[in-house]
Amino acid sequence: MTPARLALMLGGAALAVLAAGMAAGSEGWSFAWREEWALVGGIRAPRTVGALLAGACLGLAGAIAQGLFRNPLADPYLLGSAAGAGLGVTLVLAAGGLAGTTIGLGTADLLLRVGLVGAAFAGALGGVVLTLVLSGGAARPMVLLLSGVVVGVMMAALSDLLVLASPEAMRGRQAFMLGTTGFLGWTSAALLAGAVVACVPMALRHARALDALVLGEAGAASLGLDLPRIRLVLIATMALATGSAVSQTGLIGFVGLVAPHLVRRCVVVAHRRLLALSALAGAVLLAAADVAARSVMAPRELPVGLLTAVLGGAYLLVLLHRRASR
Amino acid sequence: MTAARDPAAPLPAALPATTGTTPADVLVADAIAVALGGRPVLDGVSLALRGGEWTAIVGPNGAGKSTLLSILAGLRRADSGTLRLMGRPLHAWPARERARRLAWLSQHGEAEGDLAAHDVVMLGRLPHHGPFGAPDAADRAAVDAAMRETECDAFAGRRLDALSGGERQRVLLARVLAAQAPLVLLDEPTTHLDAPHQRALLRSLRARVRDGAAVATVLHDLTLALRADRVVVLAAGRLRALGPPDDRTVRAALVEVFGHAIRIDALAGDDGTRRWIAVPRD
Repeated sequence: MTPARLALMLGGAALAVLAAGMAAGSEGWSFAWREEWALVGGIRAPRTVGALLAGACLGLAGAIAQGLFRNPLADPYLLGSAAGAGLGVTLVLAAGGLAGTTIGLGTADLLLRVGLVGAAFAGALGGVVLTLVLSGGAARPMVLLLSGVVVGVMMAALSDLLVLASPEAMRGRQAFMLGTTGFLGWTSAALLAGAVVACVPMALRHARALDALVLGEAGAASLGLDLPRIRLVLIATMALATGSAVSQTGLIGFVGLVAPHLVRRCVVVAHRRLLALSALAGAVLLAAADVAARSVMAPRELPVGLLTAVLGGAYLLVLLHRRASR
Repeated sequence: MTAARDPAAPLPAALPATTGTTPADVLVADAIAVALGGRPVLDGVSLALRGGEWTAIVGPNGAGKSTLLSILAGLRRADSGTLRLMGRPLHAWPARERARRLAWLSQHGEAEGDLAAHDVVMLGRLPHHGPFGAPDAADRAAVDAAMRETECDAFAGRRLDALSGGERQRVLLARVLAAQAPLVLLDEPTTHLDAPHQRALLRSLRARVRDGAAVATVLHDLTLALRADRVVVLAAGRLRALGPPDDRTVRAALVEVFGHAIRIDALAGDDGTRRWIAVPRD
């Protein structure tokens, strides 16, 4: 398949998913958008657009992570961003619990919602910054990965401790960990659009450095690349994309991991195209999962993170078996 | 060119008249010393790589060959000693400027991934068009020529992971050749290559040398190394000998550092000139 054809197909799929997302409701499918505009324009459209954008963030971040660490199993959450976001959210929830108010991702109170989103975003970035500090910069990838693991474990333990102290935070934290597209409004969509607009060009600009890393650390350095600086820029881009997605949707797993694999399966491309196509594939994946989560058990709704984990896990398993038998 | 020129011939005579008379020093290393974990890996190594010359670096396992090459490539800092590339301290060069003048191939041909062979070779042009630039016609021409030279054009679109060891090595060699750098440093370039492709590589290197480039290769294959213009014999981090293979002391040093496990015999080459071959002793 040519890259252009894949881009066209993914673009078409994105449009189809957008239409499906605007039609899928708790009462089944409805295309009477004009009559139901309050519902469609106020709820379904921003939710689907938000899912597309959050998926694009995750797909892009996953492709950056896999290129940066030259590891097909790398995902956007590996440098402490997931645990950091989890800790941030748990902190706010626990504080709310101690103050006597129960809050969650669906809290109507704007202030609390902003606080929660902000805490997740700050936590995700904070986790990555802490990882970078612990590893003494971005010069040594292996140390960086290990620091990410350490930060992840420590922050998760801290979150658990907070939940023990304030059990009310449990439910909200669980919802966050599962990931959900249910609370995406136009504000979320606008924020996510901002993240995509900032991150995609930044990542594409450094795509050739990711290509060069195929030659190994020394090989890339021998081409005159300032690897520590480039790695830092790419990690910042990845953290921004991941933090933006996580703050709006919680920890949706596997989209960032699977999207680049899907692209690589279809086409042989350098990173410039891989990054762009992975963002597109992530968008389609998450938005499609969102539609499925809404309609599979309608009127009840599945947490979309649960769905992506099951589907993504199964897909990876198939991929591994194919590789092993090749 | 079909017949490789006699490696033993004195250099000025062997160089085409257009490239001048005396070979210029491209890279000069002086008193390079490196210790790893308290153990000296290189100890006071001095040598010059000259334009229009192919230098082979040989020595037993652990002699410090690869370390020396990565230091010459500027990828690793020596504890002491000086390095000058074209008269300027090696580390004073801006990274990209240096990369345009110096192409390096690593020992194990470390390269894995989904990048297409053509894109890998294009990486050799990265120092020319820059990480944020795009390849131009000259870059593409250099890549196409290098891929033809190493016979990689047949699988230009295949991903690196899907290539055999020899094919991958040729892709990585094409990457180095595409850089068109005046200094070429190759660590075990013949790894995985069959005899025809080894010969093709030798011809490519000779062509670069004829054009005035300085080429240095770390080699395990001593017979191949004895076809170089000059041989650097390294053992336990020290320079034991440096000179043309025709120099008796160089050959004697070579036999000695390999613990007399080899013998070096003279043989008539296909072009009628004398060649040296290293034969393992019983």
